[in-house]
Amino acid sequence: MVNTDPVRDWQIATVTSVHVETPRVKLFRLELPANTRFRAGQYFDVRLTAPDGYQAQRSYSVSSSPSDPSMIELAIELISDGEMSAYFHEFVELGDQIELRGPIGGHFTLSQNFIQPLLLIAGGTGLAPVISMLRQRQSVETTAPTVLMFSTRTEADILFREELMQLSEQDTNFHLVITLTRSASGEIPMETYFENRRIDRPMIDSAINLLGNVPARAYICGGSGFVETIGNHLLDIGMRHDDVRTERFGP
Amino acid sequence: MINNKFFGRRRSEPARSVPPGQYLEDGFPVLSAGPTPRVDTATWDFSIEISGAMIGTWSWDSLNALPQTDIHTDIHCVTKWSKQDTDWRGVTIDTLLEDAGVDSPTGFVLADCDGGYTTNVPAADVIDGKGLLVHTYNGEPLTPEHGGPVRLFIPHLYLWKSAKWIRSLKFMDEDVPGFWERYGYHMYGDPWREQRYTND
Ligand SMILES: Cc1cc2nc3c(=O)[nH]c(=O)nc-3n(C[C@H](O)[C@H](O)[C@H](O)COP(=O)(O)OP(=O)(O)OC[C@H]3O[C@@H](n4cnc5c(N)ncnc54)[C@H](O)[C@@H]3O)c2cc1C
Repeated sequence: MVNTDPVRDWQIATVTSVHVETPRVKLFRLELPANTRFRAGQYFDVRLTAPDGYQAQRSYSVSSSPSDPSMIELAIELISDGEMSAYFHEFVELGDQIELRGPIGGHFTLSQNFIQPLLLIAGGTGLAPVISMLRQRQSVETTAPTVLMFSTRTEADILFREELMQLSEQDTNFHLVITLTRSASGEIPMETYFENRRIDRPMIDSAINLLGNVPARAYICGGSGFVETIGNHLLDIGMRHDDVRTERFGP
Repeated sequence: MINNKFFGRRRSEPARSVPPGQYLEDGFPVLSAGPTPRVDTATWDFSIEISGAMIGTWSWDSLNALPQTDIHTDIHCVTKWSKQDTDWRGVTIDTLLEDAGVDSPTGFVLADCDGGYTTNVPAADVIDGKGLLVHTYNGEPLTPEHGGPVRLFIPHLYLWKSAKWIRSLKFMDEDVPGFWERYGYHMYGDPWREQRYTND
């Protein structure tokens, strides 16, 4: 057996499922060539090579649970004119081979032994690494109070909807807040966990109320502006810089 | 491995070639491990230590009173984007060392920042005009999310080495891994040799 380092060496993974999760996001399951342990929150680098040798590389967070090291799930949003995301949406199908390396990242990760109150805040596909954390939470059955605030455009754009709702119904220590930023109040679903505005200070204050106290740790993932604004709110409520972990996906 | 249906978008043809694995970005994405710390120029200071001894401390005003250097360069982030033709103003590390009246140190340097971020580079990579403290980007004060008021700037290495919200440089004999370096990022980080992760 050749000894390879999955972080350093490019690996060839095989697409084992493609699922249309929302109009803009597809889920891709990739079987890894060898079991690869990763931590909730980490990402992989993906590389595409054109027939003339031209290459493009992008990073994608793992949305699946670290409890299965044989595969990873990626949630890829179609960016119009996007070099890599458009390729995945248009061309990638079952059985395709994809070159990648990882896992990468160490600060935006959640250990399965972390059992303190936790605030998770995700915008759009920023939910990918965060749902990996929640899936890990479920597999280790922690009772630590956890709030997920998930901000997305419209009802149609809610990623992992069934799973999140089920989790919030089954687990009394898990609270879900979904906020739809481009829906009028008349259009939002009736369930209690829906809001219809961008995440603001009052919404964060009510999440803190659900937790009972300022959380021990917060993870924020999404676009740069989203992370910036919410990071500022969390410093304002007195969280320590090191307790606020962030991942910025793009502009 | 070739992806047969992939041709790439190759949107803007770079003015000059970009390092391997990089693509051109018109915007200026933000990469930080945490929220943007609050830094007040009224209380901000910057210090240099050599082998544990403090050799100089500068306030915001004293930094601005030193000879300023303008540089026009390309920048390369490890998250794959590069940006060409950016303009920066600040003070070279050489100027600071000269102001403190010391010779250029050898060995390695660890940068320390507000928010607890650290990064390491060889001392040789911040002297001879290669490293600066910058406070102005494209003619405007450097914004907080990009590291303002003052960030270290070492454009020949991946941008994580250009530590945001810089507060001190500690020159020392050993090469101590900084924040990302401890998580498996490269100790040196040369974009042209694509030194992203340990052992690259
Ligand atoms: C650590 C990390 C983890 C990431 N995880 C995920 C993930 O789980 N899922 C996911 O879908 N993406 C993720 N991204 C973003 C991803 O790496 C790409 O940037 C994204 O897929 C766009 O690449 P592209 O080649 O399709 O578009 P490009 O050809 O690079 O860009 C096309 C245009 O879209 C703009 N653009 C680029 N990225 C974005 C963006 N994220 N949002 C809006 N506009 C953009 C560009 O500025 C450009 O104008 C992650 C990024 C990082 C750094």
